Amino acid sequence: MRNIHIKEITEAVKNLCMEANYNLPEDVLHAFDRGLETEESPVGKAVLNALKKNAEIAWHEKIPICQDTGFSVFFVDVGQDVHIEGGSLSDAINEGVRQGYKEGYLRKSICDAFTRKNTGDNTPAVINYDIVPGDKIKIICAPKGGGSSNMSRVTMLKPADGIEGIKNYVIQRVLESGSNPCPPVVVGVGIGGTLEKAAQIATKALLRPIGSTNPDTVLKEIEEDLLKKINDLGMGPEGFGGRFYAMAVHIEKFPCHIASLPVAVNISCHASRHKEIVL
Amino acid sequence: MAEIIRLTTPLTDKVIEKLKIGDQVLITGTLYTARDAAHKRLVDLLNSGKELPFDIRGQIIYYVGPAPARPGYVTGPAGPTTSGRMDPYAPRLMEAGMKGMIGKGKRSKDVVDAMKKHKCVYFAAIGGAAALIARSIKKVDVIAYEDLGTEAVRKMEVEDFQVIVVNDIYGNDLYEEGMKKYRRSP
Repeated sequence: MRNIHIKEITEAVKNLCMEANYNLPEDVLHAFDRGLETEESPVGKAVLNALKKNAEIAWHEKIPICQDTGFSVFFVDVGQDVHIEGGSLSDAINEGVRQGYKEGYLRKSICDAFTRKNTGDNTPAVINYDIVPGDKIKIICAPKGGGSSNMSRVTMLKPADGIEGIKNYVIQRVLESGSNPCPPVVVGVGIGGTLEKAAQIATKALLRPIGSTNPDTVLKEIEEDLLKKINDLGMGPEGFGGRFYAMAVHIEKFPCHIASLPVAVNISCHASRHKEIVL
Repeated sequence: MAEIIRLTTPLTDKVIEKLKIGDQVLITGTLYTARDAAHKRLVDLLNSGKELPFDIRGQIIYYVGPAPARPGYVTGPAGPTTSGRMDPYAPRLMEAGMKGMIGKGKRSKDVVDAMKKHKCVYFAAIGGAAALIARSIKKVDVIAYEDLGTEAVRKMEVEDFQVIVVNDIYGNDLYEEGMKKYRRSP
């Protein structure tokens, strides 16, 4: 059994919130460079260059990439041999968010669903826990913006719809999203499980590095086919027309009920923000 | 590609008539900011026959909720938010004299029709390029609804604020035309 004090967790979360919002991930920057090679639209190219410049300014000046510093979403793998001391783990994470959003000059974007009154400190965070073997805690912070989240959906297809039905649903969703999620985007797809499981794995799929290969060969083929079809729609960066609308399509699959075929699509904006730490 | 057009606010019909979709524009002058909550209040004022907190005639509204400014900065990052949420309110503001809107994403048919009728143009700023955009914002004052925090109405003085024309007053739509141009049939 290993002891980890909540103070260490709060400090780590505070820093993750700031770093995830200031620093565009390396895999995204590489994707922009690949996009610049293939993009045919001059406006599309100009957009990609502007986004690169934007990332450089944010990194250099320690200011957020985007004014929408997102809902604070966490994936936390807690080792079963860890003992949390000093208080509640969830409280410690929320306190880290509170401190990070205040000290880091990040926008507080969370409000009551009815009164729309801002909670003032970007809490509560959405925390997805997993209990795993070992004596460490891995925390992934993935701030999720409102513009791209509003384009996300879950549906229950019929098993007879099959792979083609899934593909059509994803393409239709992307087409309807257009310029709203700030393309070039990453399209996360969760297939199977229950309503909430499909949504959760679609979100998790966004965390996979852009350019990485899906180990499942069937999913790999579907990802490649969807990426081509999506970019062939011609929407391009920011939806102004062009070749490079999506940087990647990432799919995760889970077994489902014999009666169902749940499909979730979670679209990430160009920043595809995420940052992790292992304690 | 067409040359870059420089505009200063307020906008006149004569200037607006020349703008076409895809035009890259640099705006210098004043922008007023408003998001969902502020729009609701502005339209409520108009509907009850009261005056707006600023003279909207000839002006541009920028759909944005900036991040807090670090000490020494005029503003925090300030990129566009999704315009579609302001669609229910935009025609009423055009009726009151608004001549431009800056945001991101597609507008409804009602808004596009109102743009034709009232000669108002819709520009997109680069969604997500908030740190870069903030560099063209030179002065910011909250002029109304301070209680709304990031959603308060701000008066922004901007220099060479970079946008692209998405909907002109002739009913054209850059998102649709751009997509047609680069679409590959399966």
